[in-house]
Amino acid sequence: MKIVDVVGTAFRNAFRSRLRTSLTVLAIFIGAFTLSLTNGLGTGVNQYLDDTVASVGVDDVLTVTKTNEEAPTDDGPAEYDPNQIEADGPPGSTTTALTDDDIDTIADVDGVLSVDPAKSVMVDYVQHDDGTKYQLSVAEFVPGMRVELASGSQVDLDAADPELVLPETYLEPLELGSAADAVGQTVALAVTDATGEQVTTDATIVGVAEPAVITMGGAIPNDVLTTTLYDLQTSGAPEAETTRYAQASVSFDPAGGEDAAQALKDRLEDAGYTASTLEDQLGTLTAVIDGIVLVLNGFAVIALIAAGIGIVNTLFMAVQERTREVGLMKAMGLSSGRVFSLFSIEAVVIGLVGSAVGVLGAIGVGQLVNGVSGDLLADLPGLTLIAFDPVSVATVVLSVMAIAFVAGTLPALRAARQDPISSLRYE
Amino acid sequence: MREAADVASPLLSVSNLHKTYGSGSNAFEALKGLDLDIAEGESIAIIGKSGSGKSTLMHLLALLDRPTSGTITLDGKDTSRLSAKQLNQTRNSTFGFVFQQFFLNAQASVLDNVTLPLKIAGVSRRERHARGMAALTQLELDDKAGNKANDLSGGQKQRVVIARALINQPRVIFADEPTGNLDTATGAVVEDILFDLNRRQGINLVVVTHDEDLASRCDRSVYIRDGLLAVREEVAA
Repeated sequence: MKIVDVVGTAFRNAFRSRLRTSLTVLAIFIGAFTLSLTNGLGTGVNQYLDDTVASVGVDDVLTVTKTNEEAPTDDGPAEYDPNQIEADGPPGSTTTALTDDDIDTIADVDGVLSVDPAKSVMVDYVQHDDGTKYQLSVAEFVPGMRVELASGSQVDLDAADPELVLPETYLEPLELGSAADAVGQTVALAVTDATGEQVTTDATIVGVAEPAVITMGGAIPNDVLTTTLYDLQTSGAPEAETTRYAQASVSFDPAGGEDAAQALKDRLEDAGYTASTLEDQLGTLTAVIDGIVLVLNGFAVIALIAAGIGIVNTLFMAVQERTREVGLMKAMGLSSGRVFSLFSIEAVVIGLVGSAVGVLGAIGVGQLVNGVSGDLLADLPGLTLIAFDPVSVATVVLSVMAIAFVAGTLPALRAARQDPISSLRYE
Repeated sequence: MREAADVASPLLSVSNLHKTYGSGSNAFEALKGLDLDIAEGESIAIIGKSGSGKSTLMHLLALLDRPTSGTITLDGKDTSRLSAKQLNQTRNSTFGFVFQQFFLNAQASVLDNVTLPLKIAGVSRRERHARGMAALTQLELDDKAGNKANDLSGGQKQRVVIARALINQPRVIFADEPTGNLDTATGAVVEDILFDLNRRQGINLVVVTHDEDLASRCDRSVYIRDGLLAVREEVAA
């Protein structure tokens, strides 16, 4: 029997008992649908994170902190280090500060183009036209950073005047009018200096940002504004205090690719610093999302295994029904191997139909969900909650077909081992 | 009258054939050392009561089963040396089968049923169609080619089965109670067809039956009793 005839016959056989096959297909549909949807969710969210990283466009910047050699371990409390300052992260977490000496050391590391110490600024409030004062966080400055703008332009790094990009959510409270109206207006920013006195400085709004994950609703200042605020904040403090930075941004040539970046990270590590790209930092987030998706996929796979047992059942019934037919074909010279193929391909066909319908259903539902989530998750513009990449869709279909094949082996073996004489006995 | 058993090189020949089912105290010896020669072009009836071993003999002759001991020679070749693949090929191309119960695929078309052996043999779709229609025409069933097998009468079904048995131009047709499920008139028609094939195309007929009338139309009848050829062997006129 030719392969094309085997496949054709298996295809027709699969739909000889329509209701029975449809129910089995339905079970597979449920599993494949769930699996595609959870996969799509993972793909969608990770794709969003990737896009965000790409739009920030800082693949040539490393965030460098001093490696904390005295990191607390289980052996007991860590020794006090006068150079420790508060770090990003949960309240109370500290990091060893970078001093000007460290900045010079980093600048000397091979491959480092420039070093910018991150000047951490705590703004007390923002005010427009003597109106109500609102709290404002200032985003960590990353050179080359770009944000989605509702209006205006990105901050000019080299501008002589203090500029900032303000989040869209501040427009109404500060009575700045529309996004377009806000551009060009001036707001006052207040900081508390080292002597406890509150001082203000003015900055021009050059752009209005749409909310996104990276900025977390903070304002983005240009260099001049950061420096001004930092100087105001640290005035009156001893010099040792003003030259301590939580972290620094290191620019490097991204043309070398990942290997070169890794080599640079290694050199910085040898010098006693920890360097990470924005992607590294997002990697943790991606890993968490992957973990969640994996658990959800686990449930879908359980559904698929249950559906696989349904296939076993369906095919055992089919083998039972076609005992005579199989016996006849074997009497007419059909080999046991071909009988096995006939039934196992029938199982694969059921798997293929179920998974194809399931994947298509998931894509359809994904479109609907994306339409709804666009309204519900308006804070995350550009997010396609459920996305499908061809590789994962193909993986779902192929793995369901593999499960179906495995499920089909048992009934197919029984059919292949059938003795034509006893199959054709009718006394 | 034909000279049958005396032909120098018989088509099928069995000698000292034993077949035992089961083992130990449950063992049942269906055939106890049977010898039989079937000449080229001969029609032979195997007659016997239920449990006499006639079905077992037919299964062994048709290479559907292997004997416990003894040899079956087809065209001078010992069939015990054939591989599973060669056995399959032999059954497919050299033998045709006609069963009392038809064994047609009820939902498939008449043409698909008839061409099943060709499909198994790996013949292309186009050729299957041509040869299937030719076989159906020969049995005057070409107008039913597209019908479902289920929609045919008993006599038509048995003609479809004969067309299926003929499709590969076999040298032997094994018929197990071919008229058992048919009324006398249609049974006679089917018999005529089978003996006509035997006479005109020289296809060997091996008929297993209870029916003395059918057996008497064969060139020769052999009686089987308790796993051996009975003494009463006669050559029909």
